[in-house]
Parts: sequence; structure tokens; C-alpha cells
Amino acid sequence: MSYLEYSVQTTPSGPRKILYLNWPLALLLLAVASVGFLMLYSVAGGSFAPWAEPQIKRFAAGFVGMVLIAMVPVWFWRNVSGVAYLGSLALLLAVELFGAIGMGAQRWIDLGFIRLQPSELTKITMVMLLAAYYDWLPVRKVSHPVWVAVPVLMILLPTFLVLKQPDLGTALLLLCGGGAMMFFAGVHWAYFAAVIAAGSGLVAAVFKSRGTDWQLIKDYQFRRIDTFLDPSNDPLGAGYHITQSKIALGSGGWTGRGFMQGTQSRLNFLPEKHTDFIFTTLAEEFGFLGGASLLVLYALIIVFCFHSALTNQNRYGALLTLGIGTTFFLFFAVNMAMVMGLAPVVGVPLPMVSYGGSAMLVLLAAFGLVQSAHVHRPRGRR
Amino acid sequence: MRRTPKDSAESSRRITRRGLLLGGAQLGVMGLLGARMRYMQVDQADEFRLLAEENRVNIRLIPPARGEIFDRNGRLVAGNEQAYRIVITREDAGDVDAVIDRLSRIVKLDPDELEKARTEMARSAPFLPITLADRVSWDDISRVAVNAPALPGITPEVGLSRIYPLGKDFAHVVGYVGPISDYDLERMEEPDQLLRIPRFQIGKVGIESKLEDNLRGKAGARRVEVNATGRVMRELSRREGQPGANLQLTIDHMLQNYVQARMGDDSASAVVMDCQTGDLLAIGSSPSYDPNLFVRGISVADYKALTENDYRPLASKTVQGTYPPGSTFKMVAALAGLEAGIITAEDTYYCPGHLEVGGRRFHCWKGGGHGHMNLEGSLRESCDVYYYELALEVGIERISDMAQRLGIGVRHDIPMSAVAQGLAPDKAWKKEIRGEDWLIGDSVNSAIGQGFVLASPLQLAVMTARIATGHAVSPRLLKSVDTVEQPDGRGPSLGLNENHLRQVRKAMYQVSNNRRGTAYSNRIAEDAFRMAGKTGTSQVRNITAAERARGVTRNDQLPWNRRDHALFVNFAPYDNPRVAVAVVVEHGGGGSTAAAPLARDITLQALYGDDPPLTAYPEKDRGRIRSQQERLRALRPADESSAKSRA
Repeated sequence: MSYLEYSVQTTPSGPRKILYLNWPLALLLLAVASVGFLMLYSVAGGSFAPWAEPQIKRFAAGFVGMVLIAMVPVWFWRNVSGVAYLGSLALLLAVELFGAIGMGAQRWIDLGFIRLQPSELTKITMVMLLAAYYDWLPVRKVSHPVWVAVPVLMILLPTFLVLKQPDLGTALLLLCGGGAMMFFAGVHWAYFAAVIAAGSGLVAAVFKSRGTDWQLIKDYQFRRIDTFLDPSNDPLGAGYHITQSKIALGSGGWTGRGFMQGTQSRLNFLPEKHTDFIFTTLAEEFGFLGGASLLVLYALIIVFCFHSALTNQNRYGALLTLGIGTTFFLFFAVNMAMVMGLAPVVGVPLPMVSYGGSAMLVLLAAFGLVQSAHVHRPRGRR
Repeated sequence: MRRTPKDSAESSRRITRRGLLLGGAQLGVMGLLGARMRYMQVDQADEFRLLAEENRVNIRLIPPARGEIFDRNGRLVAGNEQAYRIVITREDAGDVDAVIDRLSRIVKLDPDELEKARTEMARSAPFLPITLADRVSWDDISRVAVNAPALPGITPEVGLSRIYPLGKDFAHVVGYVGPISDYDLERMEEPDQLLRIPRFQIGKVGIESKLEDNLRGKAGARRVEVNATGRVMRELSRREGQPGANLQLTIDHMLQNYVQARMGDDSASAVVMDCQTGDLLAIGSSPSYDPNLFVRGISVADYKALTENDYRPLASKTVQGTYPPGSTFKMVAALAGLEAGIITAEDTYYCPGHLEVGGRRFHCWKGGGHGHMNLEGSLRESCDVYYYELALEVGIERISDMAQRLGIGVRHDIPMSAVAQGLAPDKAWKKEIRGEDWLIGDSVNSAIGQGFVLASPLQLAVMTARIATGHAVSPRLLKSVDTVEQPDGRGPSLGLNENHLRQVRKAMYQVSNNRRGTAYSNRIAEDAFRMAGKTGTSQVRNITAAERARGVTRNDQLPWNRRDHALFVNFAPYDNPRVAVAVVVEHGGGGSTAAAPLARDITLQALYGDDPPLTAYPEKDRGRIRSQQERLRALRPADESSAKSRA
């Protein structure tokens, strides 16, 4: 949509825009974040320090940021998509070149007030760029091989850089998120079928490469896959995460052990209980009811996103919303599958709940874009 | 690109179609996740609960207090004291070497102990505490506590440790405990789980070892909640253990102290036994050692000093040591002859100073001979030829049989380590063990307690008590276990002719109280407590012809370890026997000079229950005894103000 198109519509303007925010979505985000606060308070042994308090502050700041982003017309965001994408690629290169060494992988840049993970940012900017690309591309051309190759490059470039870090989890999320964008845009089925076939081949190749000179992924990644397939063969080593996580989750029962009564997390059997494995604490302390409730909240966020997207006549806004919603879905689905032992342990946090500054801020910014698309959607009959 | 309405509509349609499809797929995945969650949390909940519980709960043993040991008057002989130790938990310490280095600047650490700790560290889990210093003073503990922030992983701990307040006096009786070793564990078929506690103290020798099962007690347990690293977070429940049984000995600690002090540093042993009940009132072996050294593991240097000492301080000579009993065995031969009806007390043999038997000359200790000797004279003056002649007529079987009836060559059941059986040889024994025929010379040698005959001081005391009472008295060391009185040592009559016994006792009386008796100079002057005894001097080896040629005929010209053993046995008072005493001074020379004074002093001490008045001693001894009493009084244990009979 062009500015002309936009201006002829009856759209809210000025401070009134705030009333047109997708408030249910905002409240759902607040609810999910509150679950996070509660769990961070619990795993710290009933204390706001060291996790809950900074998380609350960051959420407050991020929430304000989200509203501010929502106030900016969505076509502005569309126009800066390319710049944002290139900026995040530059940051990815920067971590590759200067990034601090953390946890055996170069993942973040210390900006002083925050440790920025460019890979987090890239997930969003890539979605923005793809949305802008398909907004620009006529529908009849989307399946043309040349016009398919362009977005594929857009996806593979950051994926490659993230894989170099190495961060397998994020790389897969980028691939899936980008693929979903192309799917939404209407790229022909055959491409996806081909990619899935090729992907299966690649997986086979990865396993084949093990122990050879051209090994494609690192040993620890192989081991994670091994222990995912059979956690019991290394219960105190690499399988420890999965085993303990399943024990915590399973021992929750229907209603859980009660707030701050989870023995697994309180006695440190759970690794990274405040970040990637925070869901197990929730499941242990509040049981199936607690875990399912969070799942329902997430599901509602997805439903509201998709509803907003599918009722949006603006192609950029719709694609952006669908892409961000899907990225969000991928986050929590992979995290939950991981703690339930359905997926290998890849470092994917539980969105809006796990402790972590940049992930939450980036997600809130992304939902700011979703809100912007919602506020600035074309209204009235055309 | 300019967009046509048609294009927009097509785009919208596609986005809607694809969006619904993928959105539906996403909801489907969430449904799957929910189902999986439900399966784990509801269907498998019990299973995971159990696993979580196993994670969380650990059983820790509570070591029971070891049973205490008291003397017959309730004086504590082996007890438990609170011992402070410094332990390190590697996991909390971080840089172990740096922490130990810092600690060693505050507290003196034993390098041996440190070395031990390091090997232990290398093979145990990082969260298990390892002892760095044991038996630390309270001062050191407080210094560690004050400096705690600088010493991560270091904690002072308190536990019970064995202590022997009377030290050396009871080392050979009670033995000692020590930290359990891998070797100890290997030998046991089903070790008590308590024994898996590192450095758990178990009895190593003596009563501590023999009555380990009674003393140890039953472990308590506490269920504790541990975190992922194994650290105890809190206690969930607790079941107290059962402390070990307290033991009471028949030993009188004052007499025991006197015996040990009186023997001093000689290589000697002495047994004091109640003639009637068999209660061992004192059973001492010297030199002795401090059992407290062993409790936490003795240093190599200290241990070497003990093992390389010729006087064998570690051996309990009263029960482990077996010696040719020498002339103290003559009562056995005499009773064998009397009981067999081969001799009467009045029959005499002629002693010319030697006897030719089977082409070999057997000497009497008195070169010039004793002349005509009857039973009384032969014992009084310890004539050897009388017994050579007697043996030729009585035969070894009767002598061996009598020895066993009197308690020689049979193992007495008392809870000390390595109680020896001794040997009362006979023809069958020699055939079986040595594969040789019994020679007549063997009988001759045996009659004077030489040759193959071997007896421990304990057996000699038993023999004396049996001769004194005519009853089969057995020794008893354990008075009660957890206040349950143990059966005493009274036995049935030996079935010996009372006349014969009286004749032998009378002869023994003469040994000590007749001017011609071998122990006359070491008699008891107090009429009520007159004693009856017998000296013995047993050859360790014959003086060789070569030595004789060199002019070596006297014992004190030989190196120490080839000199004769000096022995003495006695009971007192003569007319109402209360105590039987046996003394052996290894390589001490003559029984009358080395052993008899010891036995006399010990007997008097036992009868009076304290230092006897000087009038109990012969006049010429009194000056020496006075200074001896003063010297030994200084070695007495301090009064235990809180001495209470708990047993």
C-alpha cells in the first residue's frame, strides 16, 4: 500500500491511535510475561533478585517501546525493512569479527546497557524484509524461479552467519521462519516439497559426515542429538538436561507441587532453570493445569495474530504479522518440545517467560510492528 | 510495481488460505504439545514423582557411640571424646591447593595427613568431605571458624573419637581402634554399612577387636534432602542408632598400673589372677605403648620404632608369648608322679649333679649335686636330677596329661588377640608334627619344663591357681557386657588327691619361706600373707661347648637375646589362697633374682589393694622398697573425680 492509498482511508490519527491497538494481544503478552515474573521469583527461592526484578523493568520498558513502535505508521516500517535487515546482517558480521566469547559461541555484542544478540534481531528483520519483498512482488511472479531465488538468498545469508557462530537452534528457526514467510506469500508447493526432500538429504549427510574430515556440525551438537534420541545412555552427562527436565515436568502431576515447592528446581537438579528450562519449573510447581494454561495463552496470542493478519487488507501488514506470529510460535514450540524430550536441546528460550533482556525486548519490538500493522490497517470499504 | 485490484484480491486469497493452513498446523502442534504434557504429567506422574524423590532424598548414616570399657571398679579405660576435625569439600573450595595453603598458615597441618587426604580426594566425589586434620584443638577450630570467609569449602566438624585415658597401662588388654582399611573390608563377608563410612573406627587388636560386634552398636540413619550437587539441604527424618554395649573388665586399674610400672622397661609380663573366681586382676606386658597413637593412624616413624624394638612392645606377652616354663613346670611333673602312685612325697632320688640318659649327660643346675632329695627338697631347691629320674619312671604321657589338666597346652578363652595354646608335648605330637620318634631324653627335658614344653604366663597363672585350689579355675577377663554379668571362672574339682596337692603346696611354701628355698630372699614377711611359689629359669639355648671353652659359663656374659628367661609363679596367702601370680622376665637371667622380686611385690600389692606397709617385706629389702614405692606412686593415674560405675 502506498501513502496515497493509506491517506484516503479513514484511519485513526494522533493519540487516538492508542485506542486502536490490539489490546487483547497486548494483555495476553502481559499475562505471559507475568507468568515469567512469577516463575523467576520462584526459582530465585522467593526473591525478586536476581531475576524477576530486572525482568519486570525490562518488560515495562519493552512494553512502552512496543506501544511507541505501534504508533508509527506501518508503511514507515516497510520502507526501513531493507535497512533494518542490512543493519542486523552487519551486526551478525560484527559478532563474528569482534564478539565476545560466551558459552563457547560468539553470540552477542556488549552495547553497555544491554548485551545484544544480533541473531535475535535478525529473526525479525528478516521477516520484515521478506514481507516487504512480497508486498512489492506481483503475486503472479512469486513462483518464478528467479523471484524465488531472491528470498532464498535473503534467508540463507543470515542463516549461514548464525550457523557460523555456531547456533544451530537459531539457524533452524531462521530457516523455518523464512520458509513460512515464503509459504504465506504463496510460493508454489513444489518448492517446499523439494526443500523438504533436500533437507532430509542434508540431515542424512550430516549424520554421514560424523567423524570425517568434512564434519558439518560440531561434536557437541552431535552429542546433543544422540542424547535427544536416547537420553538414558548418558544420564549424568549430556543427557542430564533432558532427564532432569522430564523428571521435573512429569512429577508435577495434575496440579503441581505448589508455588515454590518444586524440589527439582529448588535443589538445582534443573540446569538453566531460569532461562531455557523455566517451563519445567512452571510444570513442576503448577502441574498440568499450569503448563496447559500457559500453552493456551500462547495459543491465544497466535490466534489473535493470525486473526489480525487475515483481516488485514494490507499485504505488508498481513505478511509481517503472520511471520512474527509464526516466529513466536516456533520459539515456544521448540522450547516446549525440548523440555518434554521431543526435540534435542537447542538453546531456545521460552519467549516472554525465560530470563533474558535482548530476547524479550526484540520480541516486544516485533509485537510493536504487529500492533502498528493492526492500528494502521486499511479500514472501511474500498 | 503498481498493483492491480485483481492482483490484490489474488494475494489476499492466497494469504488467507495459506495463513489458515499454517495457523491450523500450529494449533495442531500446540495440541500435540498439550497432549504430550498431559501424558507425562498425568499418566506418568507417579513414575516421575518417584524419580524426583530418588533425586532428592538421600540416606545418611549416623555412627553410633562406641561402647565404653571400664575396669572392675568402674574406672573408664576406653571412652569416646568429642574430636574436632577440619574437613574440606572440594566442590566448595574451588582452588583446593590455594585453600589448603591458606589453611596451613592458620593451623599446623601434618604432611602425612595431607598426603592421605590428597589420595582420598583423588578418588571420591567432589562433594564428599575429606578430613584434612583430625583431633584438632579447640583453639585451632576457632581460628578456622573466624577465618571462614577466606577458607571456602573448609568446615570444622565434631565427631566421636576413641580415647584411652589410662594410655599404656591397658594397651595390651584393650588394644586399640583405628580407621578401617580396605584390607579390613576385604576380609569381611558382609560388612556392616557403617564400615563404608570413610575412616570409621574399628577395633584392630585386643578386646576392641575381639568384641567389635558388641562395642560397635547399630547405625542410626537420617533421611536428608540433597541438592543436585549432593549437598545436604535439610533433614527430613531421623532414626537414632543404638550405642555399642559397655564392657566391664575384671582388671583392677590400680593393680594393672602397678604391674606395668613395676615391670618398667624390662621385656617382661605378669598375670595376677583371682585363685577362686579366675578373675584376671592384672595382666601386664612390658614394654607397652600408647594405644592413643593408633586411633587416628600411627606415623610411620612411631610405628617403626615399635616394630623394630627388640623388646617387642606390641606383643601381649602374657597370652601371645610362650616360653619353656623351666622349673615352674616341676609341680606338674611331681603331681603326675604322685597321682600315678609312682612316687610318694617321702621317696628320694640321689642327685650327683648330673644324670646319664641314653648316652647323654643331663646336668643339674647345681654342679655339685643336691644329694638325696625328696619331693619337698626337690621343689624347694629346684633339683633337676630328681625330675630326670621321675620322668624316666612316670613317662611323658602322664606328664603331658597333667599339664593339660592344670591348664598348660590348652587355649584359654579370653578376648585378647592371638591367645597362644602353648604346648604340653607327648609322643603322638612329636610323631605328627615333627615326624620323629619320642626320645627318652625328650621326657627328661620336659620334666624340668625344657625341650618342647611351652607355656604362656597366663597358663602359668592358671596352673598355679589350680594347684592352689584343686579346682579347674579358668581365667575371666570380661566381668560384664552391658551390665549382664558374665559367668565367672570357677570350675569343678580337678579330681586330684588333696594330700598330693597339699604336699606340693607345702613344698612351694618352702621355696619362699625356707632358708634354703630358691626364693627365700624374696619372701613375704607378713604372716597372714605368706606366699608359696616356684622359681624357674629356662634356657633359651644351651651354652655351647665352644662357649664353655671360651670360659662363657655365666648367663650375663651372653648377648641379651640368648640369656635365660626368668620365671616365677606363686599364690598367696598360703593357707587361704586368694591370688595366683605368674611372672616372666624375658632373658632376665635367674628366676629367683629377676622374676621372684617382681612377683612378690605384685602379690603384696594385690593382697593389700594399695602400697603394702614396709613390714610386709623382709627387713633388708625395706629401704629399697620404700624408694621404689615412692618412684612408682608418681606413675599412678590421677584420680578420676567423676569415676562412676556405668557398667
